[in-house]
Amino acid sequence: MDPGVKCGIVVFPGSNCDHDVYHVLGHVLEQETLFLWHQKTSLEGCELIVLPGGFSYGDYLRAGSMAAHSPIMAAVRRHAEAGGRVLGICNGFQMLLEAGLLPGAMRRNRDLRFLSVDVHLRVERDDLVYCSGYRRGEVLRMPIAHAEGNYVDTDEALDDLERSGQVVFRYVDSEGNLASGANLNGSKRSIAGVCSAEGNVLGLMPHPERCAEDLLGNGDGLALLAGAVQAGGGAELTAAVGG
Amino acid sequence: MTASGSLAGEPAVDAGLASEHGLTTEEYGGLRDLLGRVPTYTELGIASALYSEHCSYKSSKIHLRRFPTRSRRVVHGPGENAGVVDIGHGWVAAFKMESHNHPSFIEPYQGAATGVGGILRDVFTMGARPIACLDSLRFGDIDGERGARMRHLVDGVVRGIGDYGNCVGIPTVGGETGFHSSYNGNILVNAFALGVCRRERIFTAVASGAGNPILYAGSRTGRDGIHGATMASEAFDSESEAKRPTVQVGDPFTEKVLLEASLEAMRSGVVLGVQDMGAAGLTSSCFEMAARGGAGVEIDLDLVPLREASLTPYEIMLSESQERMVFVTQRGQEGTVVSILSRWGLQARTIGRVTDDGRARLTFRGRTVADMPVEPLVDGAPVYDRPARPPADLARRQEDVRPEAPDDPLGALKGLLGTPELGDKEWIFRQYDSTVRSNTIVGPGSDAAVLRLKGTPSALALTSDVNPSYCWLDPRLGGRQAVAEAVRNLATVGAEPVGMTNCLNFGSPENPEIAWQLRECISGMADACRAFDVPVISGNVSLYNETEGEAVRPTPTVAMVGVIDELMELGVEGELNRLLGCGFWRAGDRVLLLGRSGDEFGGSAYQRLLYGVEAGRPPSVDLGAEAALCALLRRARRSGWLSGCHDLAEGGLIVALAECAMAWGLGMRGSFDGGPLSLFSEGQGRAIVTASPARVDDVLSSAEAAGVAASDIGEVGGDRILLGFDGGVVDSPVDELRAVWTEALPRAVG
Repeated sequence: MDPGVKCGIVVFPGSNCDHDVYHVLGHVLEQETLFLWHQKTSLEGCELIVLPGGFSYGDYLRAGSMAAHSPIMAAVRRHAEAGGRVLGICNGFQMLLEAGLLPGAMRRNRDLRFLSVDVHLRVERDDLVYCSGYRRGEVLRMPIAHAEGNYVDTDEALDDLERSGQVVFRYVDSEGNLASGANLNGSKRSIAGVCSAEGNVLGLMPHPERCAEDLLGNGDGLALLAGAVQAGGGAELTAAVGG
Repeated sequence: MTASGSLAGEPAVDAGLASEHGLTTEEYGGLRDLLGRVPTYTELGIASALYSEHCSYKSSKIHLRRFPTRSRRVVHGPGENAGVVDIGHGWVAAFKMESHNHPSFIEPYQGAATGVGGILRDVFTMGARPIACLDSLRFGDIDGERGARMRHLVDGVVRGIGDYGNCVGIPTVGGETGFHSSYNGNILVNAFALGVCRRERIFTAVASGAGNPILYAGSRTGRDGIHGATMASEAFDSESEAKRPTVQVGDPFTEKVLLEASLEAMRSGVVLGVQDMGAAGLTSSCFEMAARGGAGVEIDLDLVPLREASLTPYEIMLSESQERMVFVTQRGQEGTVVSILSRWGLQARTIGRVTDDGRARLTFRGRTVADMPVEPLVDGAPVYDRPARPPADLARRQEDVRPEAPDDPLGALKGLLGTPELGDKEWIFRQYDSTVRSNTIVGPGSDAAVLRLKGTPSALALTSDVNPSYCWLDPRLGGRQAVAEAVRNLATVGAEPVGMTNCLNFGSPENPEIAWQLRECISGMADACRAFDVPVISGNVSLYNETEGEAVRPTPTVAMVGVIDELMELGVEGELNRLLGCGFWRAGDRVLLLGRSGDEFGGSAYQRLLYGVEAGRPPSVDLGAEAALCALLRRARRSGWLSGCHDLAEGGLIVALAECAMAWGLGMRGSFDGGPLSLFSEGQGRAIVTASPARVDDVLSSAEAAGVAASDIGEVGGDRILLGFDGGVVDSPVDELRAVWTEALPRAVG
């Protein structure tokens, strides 16, 4: 593998996708990868920070709400504000919302049940490092597994989000069309993933780390993680397209 | 015993109180003789838990001895928290299945959740990291007004399993769900978990080395679950609702951190023995660990962390509060365990020490509240050879009821696909995370789940099976069939069976007809295990599943684990998930039927679900023919000849073909040499396989060499299923069948 970036996966006591992300970053993509314990205050020089899926501190209150106040999150915030890469998957996305590093909030899924299924996603931006392996409009298949993935915000905020191009993935049908039946958790505007205004922080509910190997029948998620570890610092936008 | 006698507020112990604790006059007399005095209230509680069927297997032990328990792969057989088998490349798998039937009926959400929690702890106390769960569920009638409570139970059980397993992060990759009115008063919730670890890292639950400290770790002890084990060993009556406080309350987050902390503590090198506090809580963990080590224990109950200070010694010993563990460490090394647990936010505290006098001595506020010999109570629990006799109406049950041939086979097919029993179970398993840990190649809804084993070229296959109607009509045949079907399901993905666990769910063994069912089912299972060379490495017995004299159908759930040594021999990497599933996915493939088709309708889905007839002799099981078929399937898989495989089970050939077509929405066109009725026959030892035309001759000639009947019955392709038979044709768009099939369960559960 080409030299990439040093990766840090934050481990909360209830993280349960930490090993899965480690497997893809460390073994499949062969990157230098560390686990970062939630009580640490330093990111140990990691350039890509992953907040993995799971149930951080049990999430009996609201998913990710306590994790947003954990010791390591101050360092993650500084890293994000300095333009560093932060990727939140599932519970990690919920934490980024709770920490205010991404806009919006999560409610319980529309039918109030946990949802573990494969969904289709449409790539809305291909000018982020994370999406450099995809083309805009491309349809991906990824698993979701969550009870609180129903993305919500005010209409004005959602309009702003759309205008500034921060919607990165949407739930669609297999043809790439928006459809209520394809938006299983009931997210506003079928939003599955959003990024920060600068594009360096990305959060999404689906699990790219669970579909990053052909052996498992689906490799659609590999490009996202491969993009996230691409060498190159500073500006997160790979093309000269404004954010 | 020096300071005995009752504490303030404790009832006086006599034969009447013992009887209320579920002890017979003889058992109570034996206890008094053993102690040489009247037991204390705490001692009576302890004995009642240890003598319960749940802990002592007193009514089943005599039959369980028939199971083969050894093979070259078995590392630990029955008797540990979970059985352990060698799966190659230096790895072992620890697995077990357990019931949580009684608690789940009383309080479905917590009952099912803590069932998952308990089985996960059984696996990780062996030092193995859990990587997969299966759940085998049986419910009663869910239709109409009468089914309202049952729908509530289905919902609660599924949520309970999901919320617990999802939070801990263990994928639920398969299982089964059935419905029958015999479960109206007693549902069955059987949870299976499997973990893996390096062979040299296996731990056992042994207390050894006099003077070594005993540590209590995890959640505090509360009043929940007191007498759970005893409750689980009794039949229900109209007052069962009052037993709700005997159901434990689960906390999956604590389980998750306890799992991580325990595995880390076990890796630290200072831990000698580990045991979780499951059924009968601190009682069984202390007594069983001491018994295995031939040691004794001294516990100061004042040191046990409590949720409320007012708990009595009796309550402390019998509480089934969840997410608790006991560690025995080297003397002076307890600090290592305490600091590991504290890093994970958990408390660990020394509550006693190992002794060498073989007694369990418990003190509370300076008084000895129990002083009992360990070994006689654990291993010397009563063993009963209960009287057994065939049911009085057996002959009538087995009377052959000749089924009517369907006027409209397509209608009959849709009728079957539209029942909750045969309908799509996605409504259930989409509530379970099935892909976490990123090993799942084939998940729920297939013959066998397939998980890759990271760092090796191998994969594991898992299945759970039983047909309660067959077992009711002929328990010996039913027991045999359950094992044979499990072996066949593993063979469909090319896996060699390496071990089995089971959950034997029956009514009261004090009823001779039930005792007979139990004995016969076990005999049938044991015969089949020997024939297939599959050891039984762990298991669980759940008796007294009856309410006001109405017992559940005999349900000896089998969960079996298989190994695929070289996954890449089976096919191309990117296609494995499809070709190991049981669906048509490649147009142009030929569809072959393997195995001999005879007319078998006793206990069949066709008779039961369409005509309400549950009678006759269940399908015969020719163990030799089954073994030949399974060997052929494994060979064809390893040779990379097959693009898919599905075993024929409930509903027969036509249901199996429909399931293959609905999987990916791709149809087939073909013909079958038999009448309309035989489409629904449940003759055993059969499977459908698909292969590219170039591989058909390989499969057919291997089948001939193996003595397995084989015929080419059609071709995969198109969006219809079109199957000609003697005198007609079944012809339907796959989408139409799919609609009926997918809506069946969601509609039924409302």
